Amino acid sequence: MTDFPFLLAMIAVPAVGAAVVAALPRGSDELAKRLALGISAVVLLLAVLATVAFDPDGERFQLTMSASWIPDFGVDFALGVDGIALVLLLLVGVLVPVVVLASWRDTAPGRRSMRTFFAWVLLLEAMMVGVFAATDVFLFYVFFEAMLVPMYFLIGSFGGPRRQYAAIKFFLYSLVGGLIMLAAVIGLYVVSTSELGQGTFAFDALRQLDIDPGVQKLLFLGFFIAFAIKAPLVPFHTWLPDAGAEAPIGGAVLLVGVLDKVGTFGLIRYCLPLFPDAARDLAPFVLVLAVAGILYAALLAMGQTDLKRLVSYTSIAHFGFITLGIFAFTTEAATGAVLYMVNHGIATGLLFLVVGMLIARGGSRRISDYGGVATQAPRLAGVFLIAGLASLALPGTNSFVSEFLVLVGSFPAVPLFTVLATLGMILAALYVLIVYQRTMHGPPRGVLLVDDGTPEPAGTDGATATLTAPAPARLRVRDLDRLEMAVAAPMVALIIVLGFYPQPLIDLIEPAVAATMQDVGAAPAGIAPATTDAGGTD
Amino acid sequence: MDTVAADGLLAWSWLLIALPLAGAAVLLLGGRRTDRWGHLLGTGTVVTAFVLGLLCTLQLADAGGRPVSVELWTFIETGSLDVPVGLLFDPLSAVFVLLITGVGALIHIYSIGYMAHDPRRRRFFAYLNLFVAAMLLLVLGDNFVVLYVGWEGVGLASYLLIAFWHERPAAATAAKKAFIMNRVGDVGLALAIFLMFAQLGTVTYDGVFGSVGALAGGTVTAIGLLLLLGACGKSGQFPLQAWLPDAMEGPTPVSALIHAATMVTAGVYLIARSAPIYDETPTARAVVLAVGAITLLIGAIVGCAQDDIKKVLAYSTVSQIGYMFLAVGLGPAGYVAGLAHLLTHGFFKAGLFLGAGSVMHAMNDAVDMRRFGGLASRMRITFVTFGLGYLALIGFPFLSGFYTKDAIIEAAFDRGDGWGYVLGGVAILAAGLTAFYMTRLMLMTFFGRPRWDEGVHPHESPSVMTAPMVLLALGSVLAGYLLVVAFPLEEWLVPVFGRPEAAEHVVAPLVVSALVTVVMLLGVASAWMFVGRREVPVTAPARVSPVVLAARRALYADTVNESLFMRPGQWLTRALVFLDNRGVDGAVNGLAAALGGSSSRLGRTQTGFVRSYALGMLGGAVVVAGALLAVTAG
Repeated sequence: MTDFPFLLAMIAVPAVGAAVVAALPRGSDELAKRLALGISAVVLLLAVLATVAFDPDGERFQLTMSASWIPDFGVDFALGVDGIALVLLLLVGVLVPVVVLASWRDTAPGRRSMRTFFAWVLLLEAMMVGVFAATDVFLFYVFFEAMLVPMYFLIGSFGGPRRQYAAIKFFLYSLVGGLIMLAAVIGLYVVSTSELGQGTFAFDALRQLDIDPGVQKLLFLGFFIAFAIKAPLVPFHTWLPDAGAEAPIGGAVLLVGVLDKVGTFGLIRYCLPLFPDAARDLAPFVLVLAVAGILYAALLAMGQTDLKRLVSYTSIAHFGFITLGIFAFTTEAATGAVLYMVNHGIATGLLFLVVGMLIARGGSRRISDYGGVATQAPRLAGVFLIAGLASLALPGTNSFVSEFLVLVGSFPAVPLFTVLATLGMILAALYVLIVYQRTMHGPPRGVLLVDDGTPEPAGTDGATATLTAPAPARLRVRDLDRLEMAVAAPMVALIIVLGFYPQPLIDLIEPAVAATMQDVGAAPAGIAPATTDAGGTD
Repeated sequence: MDTVAADGLLAWSWLLIALPLAGAAVLLLGGRRTDRWGHLLGTGTVVTAFVLGLLCTLQLADAGGRPVSVELWTFIETGSLDVPVGLLFDPLSAVFVLLITGVGALIHIYSIGYMAHDPRRRRFFAYLNLFVAAMLLLVLGDNFVVLYVGWEGVGLASYLLIAFWHERPAAATAAKKAFIMNRVGDVGLALAIFLMFAQLGTVTYDGVFGSVGALAGGTVTAIGLLLLLGACGKSGQFPLQAWLPDAMEGPTPVSALIHAATMVTAGVYLIARSAPIYDETPTARAVVLAVGAITLLIGAIVGCAQDDIKKVLAYSTVSQIGYMFLAVGLGPAGYVAGLAHLLTHGFFKAGLFLGAGSVMHAMNDAVDMRRFGGLASRMRITFVTFGLGYLALIGFPFLSGFYTKDAIIEAAFDRGDGWGYVLGGVAILAAGLTAFYMTRLMLMTFFGRPRWDEGVHPHESPSVMTAPMVLLALGSVLAGYLLVVAFPLEEWLVPVFGRPEAAEHVVAPLVVSALVTVVMLLGVASAWMFVGRREVPVTAPARVSPVVLAARRALYADTVNESLFMRPGQWLTRALVFLDNRGVDGAVNGLAAALGGSSSRLGRTQTGFVRSYALGMLGGAVVVAGALLAVTAG
C-alpha cells in the first residue's frame, strides 16, 4: 500500500482531469461539473489514504518518490510529505470538492463557460498538491509560479466587475515575489555548488548546508519577501482585498484558504530550516510585521463596507497570528501555526462561502444593503454565525485550538508581542459581530425587502420605523436549500469536531515541527524561564 | 487534598454536561420537526441532570467530600503542553452543579409557560440547554483551559439569548456589547493561562495550585490580577459592569438564569477556585476587595434611580455580586461567606426575576414601573413569592439574605484594620440602599393606585410559571438558615478551603446584625417617605438633582466607554481605511506606474503577459544571482 505513488497520483488525477474537462465539447457544462466533483472526490480519497499510510512516528519525509528531471542542474522531480505538508494536502482535498459544489449553479460571465472554470479549478488543485509535496526546491518554485496561472484566469475571467484590475494586481504582486524568490533559489544552488562541490536543489541536502550568515540573510529575504506577499503580511497585503473581493466565491475560497497558505507554509518549511541564523536574527523584524498585521488588518476589517473585502482583511489578521507562531520558535507555537493554516482554510472558507450565498441572494456585496436576514433565513444566519465564531476563535471551534496554541506557545518566548497579539482577540470579536449584527439582526431592510409599494423606513433605527408603521417590512429571501446545506455541512462538522478533538492533526504535525525547531536551534518553550533566543546571536 | 479516580455514579458525571448538550443538538439540528415537543425535551435533560447531580453529590458526601476526577480525552498535547479534557467533582463544583441544574430546571419549566406563544420557542430551549451544558463544563473542568472553553461557551449562549428577539435593534446591540465586554475580560483570563504555562509548565488545577507557592510574588500577583479581569468581565464588575443591565433585553427567564443566578457568578467561582493563587498574593486580594466594594456601591446607587423593573433588578445583581467579590477578596475568612451568598442570591434573585417576568406577562410586556401599581390584589401568588424574595434580598431577619449578607459584613470587620471598617461600613451603607431601591420597586409595582396603560388587564400567570416561583420563594426563605445553621456550607467545603481558624470577632455578630437591620429599616422607611406616601408620577420628573441624574445615567459608564474607546476606535478605523486605500495601496500602485511608465503599460502586460513574465523572470534572476555570486566570491 505504501508503495503506491499517492502524491504523484494526487497531481496527475486532477491535472489529467482538468485536460479532460477542458476538452469537453461546448454545452456540456453539466457533465463538466459532475466530472470535476468526481475527480476532486478521488483526490480527497487519495489524501485520506495517504494519511492512513503515513506513519507520524516514522521518517520525516514519507511517500517519497524521485525522478531525475534536469540532471545538468541537479533538479529532480522529487515528491514527499512530512506532517506539515500532509495536513495541508488534506485541506486541499476537502476544499476543492466543496468549492466545486458551491459553484454548481454559477453562471460564467460573457461568452465564457463554466466548463473552463472547473478545468482551471482542477488544474489549480494539481498545482497546489505539487507545491506542498515538492521536496526539491526548484520543483517547489515551479509549482509556486505555475499556480498563478489558473488563479489568474479564475479571477480575471470569472470574477466581479473589477476582475481585470484585481487579476493583474494579483499577478504583478506574485510576479515580483516570484522573481525575488527565483534569485534566491539560484543563489542557494550557487552556495550548494561551492560547498558540496556539486549543485543540488534537494531540500534535505540544502538543509545540511552551513551558509555564511551574510549570505543567509540575503537568501532568507529572497524567500521571505515572496512568502510575505503570498500570505500577505502588512505592508505587502493590498492585493488581497481586491483579489478576494473580485474573485468568484469558489476562487476566493481557494485563494485565501489554500493558495495564501503556501506563503506561511514556505516560511516554516524553507525559511526556518534553510536559513536558521538569518531567521533568528531577523525574527524581531518579522514579528513586528506579524503583530502589526494582526491589529492593523483587524481594524481595517471593521471599517470595510464590502463583505468580501472584510473577509479578506480578517484573513490578513489571521496570517499575522500564523507568522507569530512560526517566528516564536517554540514547538507549541509552530504546531499551532500549522494547525492554524488548516483551521483558517476551513473557517474562512466557510465564511467566504456563506457570504457568497448571501450575495447570490441580494446581488450586492455592500454590507449596508442587508439587514434582518436572520428572521427569514435562520439556517443562513446560523451558518454565518458559526463561520464568524470560528473566525473569532471561539472555544469549541477549530480555530480556538490553533490560536490558543500559537499564543500560549509564543508567550514564553516573546511575551510582549504575544500580549499585543492577544488584543487581536477583542478586535476579532468586534469585526465579526458588527457585520453579523448589521446583516443578520435588526428589522428587515436592504435590497432583499419585498417591494410592496410602501416606502422603506428611513434610517436603520427601529424606533423611527415603528412611528410611521407601514405594513410590516418583509424580506424576500430563500433560506439555504439542500445543495447549499451540503456545501456548508461538512465545513461546520469539521469546525466543531476539530474544535473538540484536534489531537489527531496535532500528532501528525508535531514531529515535523519539532524537527524544524531543531534545525533552527530553538529551545523548547516549557518551564525554562523565558530567555529569548530571538535576536540573540553573538 | 488528593483527588481519586471516579467510580460508581461519579464516573458518569460527564453525562451532566452531555445531557443538555445533546438536548441542544437535537433541537438545533432537528428543525421544525421538534417544535411540538422540543421544550419538553429541553426541560427533561436539565431535570435529569439535576437528579444525576444530586445523586453524585450524595456519593461524594458518602466519601467524605474527597475530590474525584474523571479523565475523558486528550484535548491538546504538544511540546510540553498537556491539556486533558477532565472533570473535577469536588464539594465546590458539586455546589455549583446543584445550583445550575436546580435553578436551571425550574427556569426551564417556567419558560414553557413564558415562551408558550413565541414562534421560536424550540430555539429558545436549545440555547438554554446549550447554556446549561457550557456552564457545567465551566464549573466541572479540572484545568484552566477547559474552564476557559466553558467560560466563552456561556458567553456565546448569553449572546444568543440576549439577542433572542434580534429584530429589535436594542437587543442585538446589547448582545454584541455583552460579548465584546466579556471578551475584554477573557483576554485577561487567557493571559493568565499563558503566564501559568510559561512559569509553571502546566494549566491543570493540580499542577498550578501545587507549585504556585514557588513563584515570585510579582508573577503571582500578575496572575491574580489577570484572572480578576476575566472575573470582572463575566460577573459585570467595575469597570466592566455596563453590559449587564443592557443584557435585560433578553427574555426574562434568561435574565433570571444567566444574568442573575448562574453565569454572572462565574467570576466568584473563578476566584474561589483559584484560592491557592490568591492566598499567595495580598495585593491581588486587595484589588478584588476594592472592585467588590466599588461595584456594590455603584450597583446600589444606580438601582435607586431606575424605572425599568428589570434594570433595578439588574443593578441589584451587579451590587450583590459586588458583595460576593468583597467576600472572596477577604481570603480564607470570606470564601465560604461569599459562596453562601452566591447560593442564596441564586434563589431569591432568580425568584425576583421570574416574578418580574410574571408581572410583565400580565402587563403586555411593559417594564416601566411608573405604569404599574396596585398589582398586589390582582396577582396574589406573584405578589407573595416576589415579596418573600424581596425580604430575603434586603436581609429581613431570618430570611436567607440576612444570614449570608451579615456573614460577609462580619468578615469584613474581622479584618481588624482600618480598611476592615471602611469595607464593613460601605457594605452596611449599600444594605440600606438595597432596602431603599427594593422597597421603591415593591411600592411602585404592587401598591398604590393602578397607573396601567389602556387595554392592560393584569391576571395571574399559569401554574407552570407560578410553581417554580413558589419553589424559589421557599428557597429564598429557607436557604440561608439551611446553609449557615442547619447544614453549614463551611463544613461541606472543608475539603476545598480547609478548616478556617475560629475568627476573633472585632465587632460582635449580634451588633453587626442589629446595625444592618436598623440601616435596612431606615432604607425601607425612606423609600416609604419618598415613594409610598405620594402619588407616583407616570413620567419621570425632569427637574432632579445632579445625583439622581447621574444615577439614572448609570453614573455615566456608557458615556465614558463611548468617549474613551468607541469613538476613538471608530475614528482610528476610518483613518486607517483611508490610509490603506490611499497610502499603502497608492504607494505601491504609484511605484508600479512609475516603473511601468503608465497604466496603459499595465494593460499591455496583461495582453502579452507570458512573454513579459518570462523576460522579467530572467532579467531579475540574472541581476540577483549576479549580486549573490559577487557576495560569495568576495
